Amino acid sequence: MTNELPPGLAIQKVDERIMTLNVGPQHPGSGHMRIIVQIDGDYIVACDPDPGYVHRGEEKMAEYRNYITNIPHLERPVIHDSCNVLYPYVLGVEELLGIEVPERAKYVRVICSELNRCIYIMYWLAIYGIFLGHSTMFMWPAGDRELLIDLMEKISGARVTHAHFVPGGVRNDLPPNFEEVCLRQVNYFEKRIKEYAAVFYDNPILISRTENTGVLSREDAIRLGTTGSVLRASGVDYDLRIKEPYDVYEELDVHSPVMKEGDSYARSKIPWLDMLESCNIIKQALQKMPKSGSVRVKLKPNPKGKGLDSVYKRVESGRGSLGCHIVSDGKVEPYRLKLSVGSFRNLIALPYLLKGEKLGNMPSVYWSLNYWPVEADR
Amino acid sequence: MLKDLVTPENANVFIGKLGDILEKAIDKPLGYAINWGRIWSLWPVHIETACCSVEFGAASSPRYDVERFGIIEAFGSLRQCDLIVVQGTITRKMAPRLRLVYDQMPEPKYVIAMGACAITGGLYFDSYNVLPGIDGVLPVDVYVPGCPPRPETLIQGCILLQEKIKRMKARKFV
Amino acid sequence: MSTDTKQVVTEEKPVEEKPVEEKPAAKPAAKPVELPAFEKSISDKVVEKFGDKIQVEFVKENRVGIKVNRENVHDVAEFIRDGLNYDHVESVSGVDYPQDKEIEVVYHIGSYSDSSLAKQILVLATRAQREENPIPGKDATKLPTLRDIFYSVEFHEREVFEMFGVYFTGHPDNRRLLLPEDWADLPPLRKDFAIKGR
Repeated sequence: MTNELPPGLAIQKVDERIMTLNVGPQHPGSGHMRIIVQIDGDYIVACDPDPGYVHRGEEKMAEYRNYITNIPHLERPVIHDSCNVLYPYVLGVEELLGIEVPERAKYVRVICSELNRCIYIMYWLAIYGIFLGHSTMFMWPAGDRELLIDLMEKISGARVTHAHFVPGGVRNDLPPNFEEVCLRQVNYFEKRIKEYAAVFYDNPILISRTENTGVLSREDAIRLGTTGSVLRASGVDYDLRIKEPYDVYEELDVHSPVMKEGDSYARSKIPWLDMLESCNIIKQALQKMPKSGSVRVKLKPNPKGKGLDSVYKRVESGRGSLGCHIVSDGKVEPYRLKLSVGSFRNLIALPYLLKGEKLGNMPSVYWSLNYWPVEADR
Repeated sequence: MLKDLVTPENANVFIGKLGDILEKAIDKPLGYAINWGRIWSLWPVHIETACCSVEFGAASSPRYDVERFGIIEAFGSLRQCDLIVVQGTITRKMAPRLRLVYDQMPEPKYVIAMGACAITGGLYFDSYNVLPGIDGVLPVDVYVPGCPPRPETLIQGCILLQEKIKRMKARKFV
Repeated sequence: MSTDTKQVVTEEKPVEEKPVEEKPAAKPAAKPVELPAFEKSISDKVVEKFGDKIQVEFVKENRVGIKVNRENVHDVAEFIRDGLNYDHVESVSGVDYPQDKEIEVVYHIGSYSDSSLAKQILVLATRAQREENPIPGKDATKLPTLRDIFYSVEFHEREVFEMFGVYFTGHPDNRRLLLPEDWADLPPLRKDFAIKGR
């Protein structure tokens, strides 16, 4: 490390016109992080994101816990998307231990994963609404989200932290009559979210605030290695559910939405289209799922890896590709565990998008990156 | 006698202190009224420290609608708030900022520790970057357990805080 | 991709027919055929270009692992971008090996622009020297940065620097990212940093 002071504390030699402004961590438009912006009048000339306010050392803790006891704390980075954040870890452990998962468990996983994606996006949308001062868009998604939370509560028993995926399948089978209840709720949910177009996405005020702000071109999106909705809003058709299908996504008909504009509006619309697609996938999975059968392979206590080995598994989470790199040395604990999360990968785009933007557009650009600070800090 | 004391020069001082004088003179009924006012204006600071903020947000959703209790109402400025809900894990990087926020709030101010992490460190008891509970940083009024607590639990915690304020001496903060 | 592998396997079968007839000895000999063909072709291209300088660690389904020492990592990464069409780094993870006195830095490289590579992840591993008493940034634990080749490693390398003390020479912004400003202990993800109570 050089002898520089940390960002924000350093005395910056800047022009007298330019002012340094700390946005966050106590700020309604920043969440759990700090964005240091330098502004010239109303325009941002430089931006330096300062994450790490929720850095809890998950990766170090994972080295002290065995493969099963790692499950609860590894889903805490994104508690409202806990199935997806656990998914790559579970897939990786299955490959390390050589476990074959029953067919029904794979379908249950897909249903849980898609339900969680919707729950995550609804919360994201609610916060996006409140960032733009659109209170209706906070109330509607926050209320409709509870429908799906009820479904997940029926499956796993907890509102947000499910710990439902385990190496070898899922913890419990679906409750009786789940299929009908799920289908009814999802149909209603789909009808509800279609109404959002009228109140939010076709709203001229929203369009004028988000269109042509923070434009990320296709080349830049690839160069910066962004992922998920940010990437797909810039015209790159890349969805791991289609490109590298895991579990039973191969047998399902998945269409991932893509937009070409690359501005905040496109980035805010892609997750909404994703939710409509998720509803489709849930309905397909409910239809194709084997009606009975085992959902979990019995594991030996304290499972071990087979000597020095490493796996890298990734899934498409609500925020994009989520990779898990596990290095095992044949002990009951992983030797090293690394989560490569979508939020952290998208954060790199923030300084590029904010340059030349108005300060008032900062919250809309920042939150359109589909960024969840707790996940990025791990 | 009062006429001799109050001159045009110091009149505004006396008017400013009138509330204090009255309160000290008649503590019980007036103190009750002051506390009653405080109960229905518990505004939280907008600071999220970790993942419990998801359930904090869900508490204001239409299903739970915490605002019907007159608490956790809107996100005003720091200087207008009198409640700080510590929403989860406190990391070493966040702790000084949290204290800074607390110090800037005007009296009276109350603290709710939400979630297992804010109470004892919770799941992260052995992490290198997490404080074992918020007690060392802020004086906590109500602990709301859970990981994360359900919105009902948070609402119950807020009602307990209201009960607590009702029984507090209003003069404590004057 | 699966159709690709099937085709190549059927093509190669006539060559391998003889060992299949000799039943007991056939199984170990048949193993190299099971290597996924497309992944093998990627690793072959790298081997062809660099020869002894690199070492193919593993060829699994959708994953190719390449190990390279720190002098050549820059050239190999450049070839991976220009010759093999990979265009972004998904994750950079450090792994500490105290018994080897080395810290491994693993780049997981993927491709968005080439649709045939969409499934593939190229795992590029390189090792830096490990110091017993690290002074991050001032000791010999250094690696050349890949930021000028893959722009997306910027924040990832900053994270590896603070978590392991691996200084990336040529990186313009080797500042602290996630840890608190007053962190004065060892880099926390090294194996000799023990968390409390353990």
